[in-house]
Amino acid sequence: MAEIRVQHLRKAFGDFVAVQDSNFVVEDGEFFVMLGPSGCGKTTTLRMIAGLELPTGGQILLGGEDVTMLRARERDIAFVFQLFALYPHMNVRKNIGFPLLAQGMPSAEIRVRVEETAKLLRIDHLLNKSVSGLAGGDRQRVALGRAIVRRPKCFLMDEPLGTLDTEFRDLMVHELRELHNRIHATTVYVTHDQMEAMSMADKIAVMNHGVIEQFGTPREIYDRPATMFVADFIGSPPMNFLGFGGGLAKGAKEIVVQGAKVAVPEVREDIAPSDMALGIRPEHIRFDDASKLRGAIYGTEYLGTTQIVAVETADGIIKARVPAEIRLNAGDHVGLALNSARLSLFDKGSGRAVRTAVHDTASQGRAQHG
Amino acid sequence: MSLTTAHSVVAPSANSKRIAGAIIIAYALISIVPLLWIFATSFKTPPDSIAYPPKIVFQPSIEGYCNLFTTRTRQTPEYINSLGPATGFCDETVRKRNMVIAGPSNFLPRFLNSLIIAFGSTFCAVFLGTLSAYGFSRFKVPLADDLLFFILSTRFMPPIAVAIPIYLMYRELGLSDTALGMILLYTAVNVSLAVWLLKGFIDEIPREYEEAAMIDGYTRLQAFWRTVLPQATTGIAATAIFCLIFAWNEYAFAALLTSGTAQTAPPFIPTIIGEGGQDWPAVAAGTTIFLVPILVFTILLRKQLLRGITFGAVRK
Repeated sequence: MAEIRVQHLRKAFGDFVAVQDSNFVVEDGEFFVMLGPSGCGKTTTLRMIAGLELPTGGQILLGGEDVTMLRARERDIAFVFQLFALYPHMNVRKNIGFPLLAQGMPSAEIRVRVEETAKLLRIDHLLNKSVSGLAGGDRQRVALGRAIVRRPKCFLMDEPLGTLDTEFRDLMVHELRELHNRIHATTVYVTHDQMEAMSMADKIAVMNHGVIEQFGTPREIYDRPATMFVADFIGSPPMNFLGFGGGLAKGAKEIVVQGAKVAVPEVREDIAPSDMALGIRPEHIRFDDASKLRGAIYGTEYLGTTQIVAVETADGIIKARVPAEIRLNAGDHVGLALNSARLSLFDKGSGRAVRTAVHDTASQGRAQHG
Repeated sequence: MSLTTAHSVVAPSANSKRIAGAIIIAYALISIVPLLWIFATSFKTPPDSIAYPPKIVFQPSIEGYCNLFTTRTRQTPEYINSLGPATGFCDETVRKRNMVIAGPSNFLPRFLNSLIIAFGSTFCAVFLGTLSAYGFSRFKVPLADDLLFFILSTRFMPPIAVAIPIYLMYRELGLSDTALGMILLYTAVNVSLAVWLLKGFIDEIPREYEEAAMIDGYTRLQAFWRTVLPQATTGIAATAIFCLIFAWNEYAFAALLTSGTAQTAPPFIPTIIGEGGQDWPAVAAGTTIFLVPILVFTILLRKQLLRGITFGAVRK
């Protein structure tokens, strides 16, 4: 197992820049997730780490060794493809043993290793089956088996759960994380699904348009989004934004939104007057008739333990997550109370988060712009 | 307004099924009658074969097959009677016509030439086609579109249009009447078809298979050999049948460029002359035997052939 260090990585296909200037370090044994919408450059980054694409610029270090221009087979990594890429003309045993065959390992040893791996993944009863007859989850396990059988320096996974049913996917998320906890393999995992990312990752990089918008732990990314894109991409429903104007002075603890004064975490930097946005997670909104921030109920979505309430305000729809017991009718006027300690402030122009007291407890989680 | 469009799919009615069935049966009959006629003629005696009105019912004879494989000389009845008893069925048949077998005919060597040239050129075309198709499918080949168009353009005119230049070229190069020359020629004609057909098949095989193999420690050639080829067998088989059918049936070039040692069966069969004109039963027998290999090959690989024909029309 090894640490992966990516420095100023860049990839252009003609005029199109797929990855702009990526920098990140995946520590030895870490489960690292690259998250972003399709076309954001996450898969390209992964393929460059694998050696399936050569970078236009930058460096990739694997366990301290510069592998930027090495062939895929010289890197000692394993890759799990979205469509699994199980060889249809081989059975499960041959599929899992295929990488060992390349190393010229004697067949008796391959047999032992394949069986060990199959047992670890609980697919030892399928070894002599053809891969074409397998269910989605089992195909996934065979693909994983082919990756771990070789004990490579790291695992790269490209949306490996993308084609599975929701039911299977939840199961596999747990299985993958459990497997990771057992073998502690450095893993880079690409997905567009925030649920997968949040529940599995030690560290997440949120990517958009070839740029890493934020790199940090799931908690940092959820609680202290570095940009409006991250705030909007993570969370279901995503963070609400309420626009407000004017600058911010260092030390300010209050802003005015739609004529209502809202207490916010202490601002730590001076911001020149411009269009700003107040970011609120749906679960940090309460209904309180005393509040001057008002809106009319637009609709509700009952989820059992909670409900999502859409409230029409002067600045568009705001979604709040409130206890399911509250009875609400469409058209009712309500006051919105915001949990001041958990609010985020953004500069609408750049989308960047304003530094506030919330960030005081932050570790290294900050955006790394190109 | 009706919601039904030209694309709506409806179950065929009983009537339309009957009409479709009738058309298919009629077409099948039209196609198969000449074959049956040839097959029947090969078992007729020479007088029966030219009888008028044609005989549908006749006493079968293998005289045609005897004549196909042998050359014969006419002898006096006294000479024939002086010989010992006939050594085989053919011997006996021939003697009835006051002839004795002089030796084997050229049919067998010509048939072998056909086998060598057709299978040889098919192998070359498929081999070259697979490699080029893989290259075009997986790599950024400079001017790939233009090259592919050029390859396709070699089929824009019937190959026989260049028969004279090829004839002159082959004479200069000493390739006339050689198996090598015919293999090269048929390969050149077939390779464009092979590249285009196989490119389609290889495009359909996801790159992930090779990428997975290359990450797992294999070179590109090994990855190609172990993951792409096994999955391309259907396409390769379909392509091989098309190439083989062309090379096996080709008559014009064979008639023009081969006359002796490298002559293939198609130009040889019509030249079988019996006593007093064409020996139709022998010609029919040669044609029947000539049809067998391609028939067997096609029946064995009919699934792949169908897939080759309908390729692109249906999803896997």
